[in-house]
Amino acid sequence: MKLKLRVWRQRDAGASGTMATYEVDGISPDMSFLEMLDTLNEDLILRGEDPVAFDHDCREGICGACSLVINGDAHGPERTTTCQLHMRSFADGDTIDVEPWRAAAFPVVKDLVVDRSSFDRIIQAGGYVSVPTGAAPEAHATPVPKPDADFAFEHAECIGCGACVAACPNGSAMLFTSAKINHLNVLPQGAPERETRVLDMVATMDEEGFGGCTLTGECATACPKGIPLPSITAMNKEWLRANRKVKR
Amino acid sequence: MAVSGLMMLGYLAAHVLGNLKVFFGPQEFNEYGHWLRTMGAPVLHQEWALWIVRIGLLAAVVAHGVAAYQLSRRDIRARPVSYAHKRKRASYATRTMRWGGIILALFIVWHILDLTTLTVNENAQPGRPYENVVATFSTWYGNVIYLTAMLALGLHIRHGFWSAAQTLGAGSATRDRALKAAANGLALVLTAGFVAVPVAVMTGVVS
Amino acid sequence: MDFTQYTTGAPIADAKAPEGPIAERWDRRRFEAKLVNPANRRKHTVIVVGTGLAGGAAGATLGEQGYHVEQFCYQDSPRRAHSIAAQGGINAAKNYRNDGDSIHRLFYDTVKGGDFRARESNVHRLAQISVEIIDQCVAQGVPFAREYGGLLDTRSFGGVQVSRTFYARGQTGQQLLLGAYQALSRQIAAGTVTLHARTEMLDLIVIDGRARGIVARDLVTGEISSHFADAVVLATGGYGNVFYLSTNAMNSNATAIWRAHRRGAYLANPCFTQIHPTCIPRTGDHQSKLTLMSESLRNDGRIWVPKAQGDQRPANEIPEDERDYYLERIYPSFGNLVPRDIASRAAKNVCDEGRGVGPGGQGVYLDFADAIERMGRAKVEEKYGNLFDMYARITAENPYEVPMRIYPAVHYTMGGLWVDYDLQTTVPGLFAVGEANFSDHGANRLGASALMQGLGDGYFVLPSTINDYLARAPLGDRPDASHPAVAEVLAETEDRIRLLLAVDGDRTPDSFHRELGELMWEFCGMARTEEGLRKALDRIPQIREEFWRRIKVPGTGEEFNQSLEKANRVVDYLELAELMCLDALHRAESCGGHFRTESQTPDGEAARRDEEFGYAAAWEFTETGAAPVLHKEDLVFEYVHPTQRSYA
Repeated sequence: MKLKLRVWRQRDAGASGTMATYEVDGISPDMSFLEMLDTLNEDLILRGEDPVAFDHDCREGICGACSLVINGDAHGPERTTTCQLHMRSFADGDTIDVEPWRAAAFPVVKDLVVDRSSFDRIIQAGGYVSVPTGAAPEAHATPVPKPDADFAFEHAECIGCGACVAACPNGSAMLFTSAKINHLNVLPQGAPERETRVLDMVATMDEEGFGGCTLTGECATACPKGIPLPSITAMNKEWLRANRKVKR
Repeated sequence: MAVSGLMMLGYLAAHVLGNLKVFFGPQEFNEYGHWLRTMGAPVLHQEWALWIVRIGLLAAVVAHGVAAYQLSRRDIRARPVSYAHKRKRASYATRTMRWGGIILALFIVWHILDLTTLTVNENAQPGRPYENVVATFSTWYGNVIYLTAMLALGLHIRHGFWSAAQTLGAGSATRDRALKAAANGLALVLTAGFVAVPVAVMTGVVS
Repeated sequence: MDFTQYTTGAPIADAKAPEGPIAERWDRRRFEAKLVNPANRRKHTVIVVGTGLAGGAAGATLGEQGYHVEQFCYQDSPRRAHSIAAQGGINAAKNYRNDGDSIHRLFYDTVKGGDFRARESNVHRLAQISVEIIDQCVAQGVPFAREYGGLLDTRSFGGVQVSRTFYARGQTGQQLLLGAYQALSRQIAAGTVTLHARTEMLDLIVIDGRARGIVARDLVTGEISSHFADAVVLATGGYGNVFYLSTNAMNSNATAIWRAHRRGAYLANPCFTQIHPTCIPRTGDHQSKLTLMSESLRNDGRIWVPKAQGDQRPANEIPEDERDYYLERIYPSFGNLVPRDIASRAAKNVCDEGRGVGPGGQGVYLDFADAIERMGRAKVEEKYGNLFDMYARITAENPYEVPMRIYPAVHYTMGGLWVDYDLQTTVPGLFAVGEANFSDHGANRLGASALMQGLGDGYFVLPSTINDYLARAPLGDRPDASHPAVAEVLAETEDRIRLLLAVDGDRTPDSFHRELGELMWEFCGMARTEEGLRKALDRIPQIREEFWRRIKVPGTGEEFNQSLEKANRVVDYLELAELMCLDALHRAESCGGHFRTESQTPDGEAARRDEEFGYAAAWEFTETGAAPVLHKEDLVFEYVHPTQRSYA
């Protein structure tokens, strides 16, 4: 396959960027999208040009590092991560636009690499159970109803890639935040901090400069792990409940 | 946004019922118009109840507008750079919330000047709402403005009602289909109810 | 001096494991260890490199104890460490099934599974701690699979006869890592842990014989800086990426442990690598990494290749009597369920005979046609649906209709930095936890044991043993950048970076990495021979020489430069690979994941030679390309007596 790529190039956080055009040839449909970019980069290095920087690590769809907007879609046309997207999803001669996640809370580091530390700070605000090592009771002391355990798992699957924010026209992080809140708040282990968790995490989310939710549903459509949109509703419910219970 | 939106939605439901009285002829409609002013009597003085409703409504409109403005400002700030590769996102109703809201705000101003203060209604007769309605919908621009606004209203309610339910935490995966159906139904019924009046005037059913 | 002319130095021994009954040793060690007064802990700084299961757990726990922790990871977030990719589960001797499991049985299975090349004391402690790990993770909110009664579900894994594996669908590693990440996040918020993300350790600072800090590069700005502490903990994972293609994450690397090795930490059993039989085969030269599929597939799938060499027909057109179900043929009693190393080697053998399938003949079929006929498609879908989907996504083939193709891939490294019972390396103050050390798996790791060891080291072992070091060591004032030893390490690092950028040759870092990886896979992979290893040992110095002549790294060192990161890692692979080959050459026996063709039983099984090689080989660095010094740690088996494995 022969393809034309238009790739966002930006030297560093302070520089202004532009879409640069490259041609790649000899692309196998079996390649992953990132292997196609590897091929481009090998060429660029040998030509003495700066290769395209992009985040990636596990390349099996679980670490959440890869983060490309491909033809306007976070992670591209398939519902998966960029590393699990294969070139067979494209046709010979296609022009493909590759851009970084766009959000004020995800400033560009270089080219297609963005800074997602705002996500870490949301978790630091309360996305945990305060149980120091060694303080745990016997695992079977508290049974968890299977539906609750399954609900928790479904939300705990979030890989923190940020596709939800990238896809949201408002740059909102509601889906990410709600996934962690729902995971922990439904479990008996998470109950003691149920109210403070949602209040603190939502407050931090707002402070980090993420946009507000207008329920466009783009986030859930882009999510490679299928975190559902009602996750946001459940968080709203938790938040309202916490506001009623906690006066501060 | 959700609470003020639902307040206005409740008002609209009452409003559309009142509007439909137009089909029962000038006398009944005008009596209804008169009752609006005397409602709450004799406990309340003339027009007091009406003013209480008006003040509540004004508060809801202002709150809705201010919240929309703040949310939009925040959202635009959160996404300062847009994608070079454009594509259509979300549903039409969702994408038109902001413009639809502005259209509706402008419409409300015209609507009050037209049928409440009668400032812009050339053939206005104070105390004769039936005749005033007919007068408005006898002009081409009256119909265009009204029909455009009602279309915007339908779309606004469609996304707005469902969104309000999510904001207030009333939605869930199992309830989602029912909520969406309710939103569509409400949007359709209200739009149809409001649109029925100008259509009736245009077709001569009401004159 | 010839690299293979290694000398044998003084034997090395674990001086920290207490004597006495094995079940009491961990308690005794904890009691004998000196403690640090809680009020004094905040005055101590500990550097932890890596945020996977071991590093994340260690950082969080040390922070909770009141130490000040400086935590480093090369990723943009601690949540991305490669522990996240573990699928299967985590073992624990809870005996919730009442199926005869016990701490002693887990201990026994692990020592035996490691083919008698692990230390009994360490393994027993791991089995003891395993039950606490599950308690801890559940309390953190890790959503393990549960049964309808609300209690935890377990399954049997990797051919073990008891159901002791706890799991969270196929994402156990992810859920456990997020638990550790959340505990770490809590400490970051509390201010006890300072996180340095996108910062890669490039060297170790040793002052007066003690580890006192690291040199690290900020991957965004390129700034090289020194960081100081009273102890350094390496939790940087394994070195499987030396093979270029492996199931490791693309950026997992050996730099931290190799640099520590160069500064005096012994590296033990580097040739012990685990090769996993059920990975998706490569599709071409563009392949950048390999993806593992859970070996549970072998429970119902049948493995075969065509009987004839070079048979190009599609699988469905090859009649039954022209198929060779080679595992069932060679190992009639275990069939497709033979251990990982045996299944892997058998696949290699049939492919070497020219009977492999798929692109390049590097694959064998894993066929579910019989299973679908027997159980029905719906049942197969229920059991393996997510794996089939993953396979279909990657290969664009429908495994319900055509057999899957699989091939072995490098997956885990049992070798690592030599540590004592306290997990301390031979450099005082330098500790190694998780896959970075060599301690618990011997020559072969059992399924679902890596997660157990990582969390065991991080949550429970290290936080207990490091106190003893901090309480006893004469640490004095914390050094700073003005110390001459620090300036020297910094200058060395800067010189290396400068040199990499200055060569301006005509080959990319990846091209060297790929060349080295192919060499290692051929000669130090699934089956090793003296002849092959000697070839590799001849070739590696040549590649290294060529590397420093022809490497091309664009850009500068003062910016985000992924080519530079890569090149710098390849520098260390090129040295580590040589030691791996030497270790494999010197160990003229077969054991676990290390198969020397010369040492096999008449029916082709790995033949251990306990008399000669019943030791852990700890290597001491001398200089690049120069022969290292071998220190043997004799392994004593008081509780589990060595026997020869047999699966025929």
